Amino acid sequence: MLKRAHYIALGLVVVLTLIILNLPSKTTARLKLGIGSSFIGLFGLANTSRELAGKAGDALTPRSELLKEIETLRHDNQELRLQVNRAEELARENARLRQLVGWPQKSKGKFKLGSVVLREPANWWRTVQIDLGTRNGLTNDLPVLAPDGALVGRISSVSLTSSRVVLLGDPNCKVSARVANATGDMGVIGASGPLDSEFVEMSYLSKNADLKPGQSVWTSGVGGIFPKDILIGKIVDTRAGEYGLNTVARVKLAASLNALEEVWVMMEP
Amino acid sequence: MNTTWLNNTLIIFTAFLAVFWAASFHGVRHLLGAQIDLLPPLMVYAALYSSLGMVASLAFVGGLWFDSLSANPLGVSIFPLFVVGLLIFASRELILRDQIFARLTLGFAASLLAPVICLLILLTTGRAPLFGWGTLWQLFVMAVGGAVATPVLFEIFGWLNRAFGHAAVQQSSFRPDREIRRGR
Repeated sequence: MLKRAHYIALGLVVVLTLIILNLPSKTTARLKLGIGSSFIGLFGLANTSRELAGKAGDALTPRSELLKEIETLRHDNQELRLQVNRAEELARENARLRQLVGWPQKSKGKFKLGSVVLREPANWWRTVQIDLGTRNGLTNDLPVLAPDGALVGRISSVSLTSSRVVLLGDPNCKVSARVANATGDMGVIGASGPLDSEFVEMSYLSKNADLKPGQSVWTSGVGGIFPKDILIGKIVDTRAGEYGLNTVARVKLAASLNALEEVWVMMEP
Repeated sequence: MNTTWLNNTLIIFTAFLAVFWAASFHGVRHLLGAQIDLLPPLMVYAALYSSLGMVASLAFVGGLWFDSLSANPLGVSIFPLFVVGLLIFASRELILRDQIFARLTLGFAASLLAPVICLLILLTTGRAPLFGWGTLWQLFVMAVGGAVATPVLFEIFGWLNRAFGHAAVQQSSFRPDREIRRGR
């Protein structure tokens, strides 16, 4: 069925593929960025058309509806201001108590808001690209949070204008986590199933861990990438791990990874 | 305009748009849990209507574009796409390319085979992609999506070629060898 020319072509493609796959990682990263940048024009076009469609939608919204929305927003704004005042008061009190006990002060953290510009085209990874890059001060392994503060993932590669975020549930995003129970059981958040984008597995939990559905899971601060006390999600159910040596918990993520439009990059913890 | 040149340009341009679509629009993934890849259906068209060089070029360029926007190692998608294209190219004289059923079947097979080979390469080279029982469903969605997309792509390419290429020469009933030559 295959002729000589076909074998030659197949051989050439195999050799070429092997060469590209075995290039040094730095060269591959640069090549990826270079090739990926050919899509910048199309992304700009897509964003502009989305914005135009949004503006057209806004122009068609009736005035009465807009007034109603303004009223709701005003109400929300007042409520949030009240909460901010209370939070500031609590922060001041916390700082005072820390000073009294002699604990080091906690910084407020420094964040940068980025927009999700594209999602993973392959079904076997879980990543997104955002519109912040080295020119915005981003580096590898910075934690990425959803707008409501829940953990989303970490920066895995950075170019001048964009970065790739590897999301929770991807095999390359492992997080040391702690359950908010009396014993503070610790485990590792790892990959989930290919279809479970809202759930992840927390493994290496102690065999006798006191786990209940609804308990929240937070980052433990161990591992050096993710700072302590970032919300990850809530426990849904548990099962015994391999040979019954440990417990594995299924955790429902607090952040909705499918609906991510904007994310916060934590520049400083 | 040269039809071959036009066809090849259209194939490469469509590959570019197909990769962009896969990375930008995720309605199918939200709905069915898997994103459809339009490169294998495009490869079916290229293998049936283009040269071997074009099949290799599409595999190379399309694979690199796809991997550059994905967390895949760069170059991993080239080989699966080329294998799919080569298998169809080598037996294209036997394929009834104008039949919708043939197009659907080829699209289904290509869209199933390409990701399977890609996953096998990833697993054998020590990468750990998301893999489990859910992968079977994802492969099924990809295959069915590819099967549906293939005849649609054929129709679009046919229309574009008719719109921008030369019109086919009409057969005349006049035969010069039967002309009655009048004397004087």
